Amino acid sequence: MDGLLEFWNMIWPGLGKGIVITLQVSAVALVLGVLAGLPAAIARVYAPRWLRWLAIAYIEAFRGTPLLVQLFIIYYGLPDLARLLEGLGLPSQWLVLENIVAAYIALGLNSGAYQAEYFRGAIQAIGAGQMMAARAMGMTRLQAIVTIVLPQALRLALPAWSNEVAYMVKYSSVIFIIAVPDLMARGQFIISRYYIPMEILLLVGAIYLVMVLGIATLMGQLERRLRIPGLELEVERA
Amino acid sequence: MEQLPDIIRSVPYLLEGAVFTVAIAAVALAVGFCVGLPLALMRVYGNKLASSVAVIYSTVMRGLPSLVVLFILFYGLAAVISLPAFIAGCVALGMCSAAYQMELLRGAIQSVGTGQMMAARALGMPRLKAIAFIVLPQALRLAIPSWSNEAAVVLKDSSLVYAVGLAELLRRSQQVAARTYQPFIVYILCAAIYFGLTFVTNRGLDSVERGLRLPTLLEEGH
Amino acid sequence: MSQAIVRVEDLHKTYGAAEVLKGVSLEVDEAEVMVIIGPSGTGKSTLLRCINLLTRPDRGRVWVDGEEITAPHADVDRIRERVGMVFQDFNLFNHLTALGNVMVGLTKVKRMPRQEARELALFELQRVGLRDKADLYPSQLSGGQKQRVAIARALGMDPRVMLFDEPTSALDPELIGEVLEVMKKLAREGMTMIVVTHEMGFAREVSNRMVFMEHGVIVEEGPPAQLFYNPQYPRTGAFLGKITELYGRREREEE
Repeated sequence: MDGLLEFWNMIWPGLGKGIVITLQVSAVALVLGVLAGLPAAIARVYAPRWLRWLAIAYIEAFRGTPLLVQLFIIYYGLPDLARLLEGLGLPSQWLVLENIVAAYIALGLNSGAYQAEYFRGAIQAIGAGQMMAARAMGMTRLQAIVTIVLPQALRLALPAWSNEVAYMVKYSSVIFIIAVPDLMARGQFIISRYYIPMEILLLVGAIYLVMVLGIATLMGQLERRLRIPGLELEVERA
Repeated sequence: MEQLPDIIRSVPYLLEGAVFTVAIAAVALAVGFCVGLPLALMRVYGNKLASSVAVIYSTVMRGLPSLVVLFILFYGLAAVISLPAFIAGCVALGMCSAAYQMELLRGAIQSVGTGQMMAARALGMPRLKAIAFIVLPQALRLAIPSWSNEAAVVLKDSSLVYAVGLAELLRRSQQVAARTYQPFIVYILCAAIYFGLTFVTNRGLDSVERGLRLPTLLEEGH
Repeated sequence: MSQAIVRVEDLHKTYGAAEVLKGVSLEVDEAEVMVIIGPSGTGKSTLLRCINLLTRPDRGRVWVDGEEITAPHADVDRIRERVGMVFQDFNLFNHLTALGNVMVGLTKVKRMPRQEARELALFELQRVGLRDKADLYPSQLSGGQKQRVAIARALGMDPRVMLFDEPTSALDPELIGEVLEVMKKLAREGMTMIVVTHEMGFAREVSNRMVFMEHGVIVEEGPPAQLFYNPQYPRTGAFLGKITELYGRREREEE
């Protein structure tokens, strides 16, 4: 028993730091996702043709390709592009990203594409009628979107968004492949030192499970607080 | 840019990798279905025990990152049984997909409506036959759009087997990128191939859905 | 045992906090047409569903054609083959054609060879006047046609008794007639029928016995003439008075 406790004390700090990084990356990526996804969704529904197609291109590109490939493009591919720009005499250092920044961006843009679809579904479900009523009162398009459509759409999108939070925590595990010291990476490190893959992997798995379930519970409570009876929608992650 | 011809020469090598990708995805989807359907039936029609087992499976397998499951099968079991990367990949992805397929099939079964089951039982059909001949034919049709989504997800998740060294599309792209020092172009190409695969899969399943659709009042008929 | 095709003894059923059946007993003889009336939510549908055990009563026993369906080891599926049920929402199998709907019970439950089943199915569809719609899907049929196919589906099983759970309540008014015609024809042919309905014209014309249920108990039972013209209980008279006000007017227009 003593040996176990000692062991635990040795690995816990590492795992703890990994958990922090995982949650940190997930949180930042989710926020980036909203910043990318919400405008994309609005553009998808309300913007002029060319902007709409831009939004569609973004959404389809990031939903149609694997997260890992997107990560590689941003982490390995952009510095490559930087070389090209350098050759042309253009500023290029901004393209060479630290691995954690690449993680933020890849996860953020990826999540943004999926979030865009949830927001789009919610916006369209609110219906043209609301927009018409707002315009009839003399509101501009932008005013109508911000004061009438979005407040309802965001509530409607909440269940799908809660799913997204859980997804993010799980998928963030891939960033260990580009050496970001998240929970997965710390787990791998401990395995390489102590040669007990199964036990550590199960432990890491259990920690992810607890995080995901915890988040699901929290989001459930949030949903219940914000619910307006009669305003509900079902969307699935694609 | 000087390496362009080199990259073009590598395309067949990459496409071979794409075949592996599709193979893994197909097997994983099949595993997911064969495990997910019984679980969905247990969840909807089973007794408390069966139903709970299904719920626990779904909660755990949807709460674990696929990467962790993959590693458990590949590295974790290595002490007891050494699974080749391909098998580990298919089983891991399949088991994760099974949880999602269980949920989407459950939704489809429940949307068929209790009236259908009642009518079948009223005819004297035993439960199993009613499920097989009345509920499932309708539920599976209803499930196709969601299933099509899941197929695309599995296709993309197959890239995770990169982490256990399998020479599928992503790993091969990485090799070509290393050789030609053109990671940007090569990974974009890799992304394009994945995109093509998911696109074709979705379109294909859309056609299947249309083909299986039951005629409505607006189509043939009086 | 007498020739009672259906015998119900002291049925009780509670859903959550509400007691829906509070001790209902009755008997239906061969070739009898029994119509059950009463306000909504008084347990009429529940009673019907207890007869073929689609709903299991909390207390009480049910016999069908001499066999107790509520017995612990009863072969419920087999007994159900002899009880035909027609639902308010039709519940036709959406993935099968009209012909398919009538055939499926014959091939999958009675294990008839396909050719024989097909012929019998076509015969039943003919009986309800829909043979020409055999290859259409439920979504291509009108409400009245759907319900007639549902009747054909039940008839195909050669039942000893037919249960009708508000068969016309979900239909547009102009479609009700065609379904009632089929039901009247069945009654004339000697089918034992238990019908829950609001259609008073049908009740007056076709039933041998009527039952008025309210709040989970049978208030009055007897021949239609008694309930309509000489009710023994004030509630029966009050209910029928209101209903005939509504429906009686429509019938007079039809004549």
